[in-house]
Amino acid sequence: MGRKLLLDKAHIEGIRYYDTYRKNGGYAAAEKALKSMSPDQVIEEVKKSGLRGRGGAGFPTGLKWSFLAKPEGVPRYLVCNADESEPGTFKDRYLMEFIPHLLIEGLLISSFALGAHSTYIYIRGEYAWIPDILEEAINDAKKNNWLGKNIQGTGYDLEIYVQRGAGAYICGEETALIESLEGKRGNPRIKPPFPAVKGLWQCPTVVNNVETLAAVVPIINIGGDEYAKYGTGKSTGTKLISACGNINKPGVYEIDMNISVEEFIYSDEYCGGIPNGKRLKACIPGGSSVPILPANLLLKTAKGEPRMMTYESLNDGGFATGSMMGSGGFIVLDEDQCVVRHTMSLARFYHHESCGQCSPCREGTGWMKKVLLNIENGKGKMTDIDLLWDIQRKIEGNTICPLGDAAAWPVAAAIRHFRDEFEWHVTHPEEAQIRNFGLAHYADPLPVVATAAAV
Amino acid sequence: MAEEKKLFKVKIDNITVEVEPGTTILNAARLIGGDVVPPAMCYYSKLQGSGGKCRTCLVKVSKGSDADPRPMPKLVASCRTTVMDGMEVGNITSPEVLDARRGVVEFLLLNHPLDCPVCDQAGECDLQDLSYEHGVSATRYEFKRRTFDKIDIGDHIKLHMTRCILCYRCVFTADQLTNKREHGILGRGDASEISTYIQNSLDNDFIGNVIDVCPVGALTDRTARFKNRVWFLKPVDAHCSCDKCSGKAVLWMRGDEIFRVTARKDKYGEVEEFICDTCRFERKDPKDWTVEGPRKISRHSVISQGHYVGVHKPDETIAKVMDGRAPKLLLDIHSVSEVNMPAVDLSKIDGPAHSNDFPKNKSNGVQ
Ligand SMILES: Cc1cc2nc3c(=O)[nH]c(=O)nc-3n(C[C@H](O)[C@H](O)[C@H](O)COP(=O)(O)O)c2cc1C
Ligand code: SF4
Ligand code: SF4
Ligand code: FES
Repeated sequence: MGRKLLLDKAHIEGIRYYDTYRKNGGYAAAEKALKSMSPDQVIEEVKKSGLRGRGGAGFPTGLKWSFLAKPEGVPRYLVCNADESEPGTFKDRYLMEFIPHLLIEGLLISSFALGAHSTYIYIRGEYAWIPDILEEAINDAKKNNWLGKNIQGTGYDLEIYVQRGAGAYICGEETALIESLEGKRGNPRIKPPFPAVKGLWQCPTVVNNVETLAAVVPIINIGGDEYAKYGTGKSTGTKLISACGNINKPGVYEIDMNISVEEFIYSDEYCGGIPNGKRLKACIPGGSSVPILPANLLLKTAKGEPRMMTYESLNDGGFATGSMMGSGGFIVLDEDQCVVRHTMSLARFYHHESCGQCSPCREGTGWMKKVLLNIENGKGKMTDIDLLWDIQRKIEGNTICPLGDAAAWPVAAAIRHFRDEFEWHVTHPEEAQIRNFGLAHYADPLPVVATAAAV
Repeated sequence: MAEEKKLFKVKIDNITVEVEPGTTILNAARLIGGDVVPPAMCYYSKLQGSGGKCRTCLVKVSKGSDADPRPMPKLVASCRTTVMDGMEVGNITSPEVLDARRGVVEFLLLNHPLDCPVCDQAGECDLQDLSYEHGVSATRYEFKRRTFDKIDIGDHIKLHMTRCILCYRCVFTADQLTNKREHGILGRGDASEISTYIQNSLDNDFIGNVIDVCPVGALTDRTARFKNRVWFLKPVDAHCSCDKCSGKAVLWMRGDEIFRVTARKDKYGEVEEFICDTCRFERKDPKDWTVEGPRKISRHSVISQGHYVGVHKPDETIAKVMDGRAPKLLLDIHSVSEVNMPAVDLSKIDGPAHSNDFPKNKSNGVQ
């Protein structure tokens, strides 16, 4: 059995409610932090834990916190990023829905460490029912003096507010999120200045993912050193993985980041293998924006060692052979899946979600989508494959925010690893057209399909 | 003694310049001038927060600073990146930059028609210059382009959304110069568009400045559009006494007619002082203005066509060799063309000039 730190109590009935959560050890970490530790000690503990941000980029959380500017007389903010809109990623939803107090407790400890007195949970609009769960948890925490004024007699005050987004993927990008929180159009800001210096209302701000903030609770409970014993040197602790696609048991799993990809896909404890005894074709291991890995590279690293479910192993060799841990959205494709169709679906998503501020992303994502639609439907030319490659290359690295990269990488990786499939579509137009995918929807707006359907 | 400010040394395309800390790479390059200045479609020095969007000014930082010489991993927007001491930057010397810039131009042209022959911005269009310098002659884009109807946003401004490159300059202008902002960007991605709020029009004292900041022909002056090509007009600096703005403007004249009034722009095409709508749209009588003299236009601009200042033309010799007789015109354009009739005051025609304004009877209007 894998060791769990976040979902260890998820099976307890009623853990969503304050009394049950408290009876089962809830708010002990908050008590410990607020009553016996200084904010700097909490940050130190998080640094020791080696926790890396769970929102996608994997930046060390303790280090990020220590960058927060602390000018006199200026408020600081903590913002919890619950926008979770990356296709394939649905882990934060599970956490907020089933153990909301874990997030509230994590927010309390983190806000205390950062000296924030107002904290925001920015949640994606489509999670329509979760804000009510969070509001209830916040109210109960407040009734029990874990929020509000003079928390547990420590003199520390904190309010947590829940803000619903209007349903735009780009509002998950931290600066777009801040703009949206300020009531503006969710366009990413140009960095620098970084939010740590000028964030919400131009004040120093930390934006962290739901899972990152929840992980602060076990870190304080067991100590940073103990937490770091989970996982591997560069990927400490446990990680929530949302698994979907062609697997027997889709769902959210908490893994100790010391297991192999093979074990994760095939063991009964996790995905339980591929339905109908089909072979594994490929996998997107970290949410739709990260490069797809073909089976041979997915199970073994470039050096021929087993690939592990860690930041460093999934990224081994950079983009040439590797991929990324990303946000932990694990999408499995069996041998019948069409990579071209799949890539087209993703291109459609990124085109739809581009905010439109910068020219390469605004124009390039739509162009890629249209070329991919042609190829997928047997209307492509051989030169279209090189054209696609060139378009993605001109987007990648040249945009304001990483959405441009997120749109470019899946296309680049698909062509790199599955060029023959693109060529098949071009050389077998009749067969490709019979599949007739997406033609009915050719006129915009196109519906977004997160994972490929069976052929 | 005042403390001397430490200046930062930055090398752009192998030319070193010293600038104050806080200067952007673009502005450092502008101090050097010439070809090392990256193009800028969205940055506008007079508008706070502008820049960073179009990505035409991307440059390569091959050395971060003396203290941290590591190169920057990606190309950076020179209009929003400040220099560090010892920084080394590649603009036209970097093949990577030129390649990326070609890419940006290609992206910008996907949804921008090259209708320079009929566009009022021709001759003053940054995108026209940019595509001339970095574009390719053919497009690889085979799909339908987006189209829009032209709309009047207010009495004086016409919006051709088709031509808009979403640089946000007009949005910043309206936001920072007028007291009741009524337009902005609707939609997302390549469905974004400049628009006014439903049924609203733009009628603020300073809203006309959106026309001047627009780098392409998406926002045009309804009192001047389709009346003349910019290179047929003579720009003169002039001023008037105005209680709303400095009254310093440029009059675009043909003979004694004022075809349009704009703000004065610097060599990077950016307005020096914004002018009010009264000066821009309502003062079209030369008596309203005190002319200061011809405006200096870069020799390379198409606008300088035919009116260089200080040019020595060779003497006209035909009359001399023909005993004082004037040359005989083999073809008088006015006798065959229905346009360009000297008796028709183009600038006074209400709306754009078209064939109806030129009487079919050729004797009319022909001297
Ligand atoms: C287009 C885009 C969408 C993003 N969406 C999310 C999201 O839904 N949730 C999230 O936590 N981070 C998201 N991120 C990453 C955030 O910008 C940011 O890195 C993260 O919230 C930081 O938290 P962490 O340090 O805890 O990982 C997104 C980034 C981009 C570029
Ligand atoms: S990369 Fe795309 S989403 Fe990000 S700022 Fe540019 S246009 Fe907007
Ligand atoms: S209308 Fe002109 S100024 Fe406004 S965003 Fe479009 S191109 Fe820029
Ligand atoms: S001028 Fe720098 S990005 Fe547009």
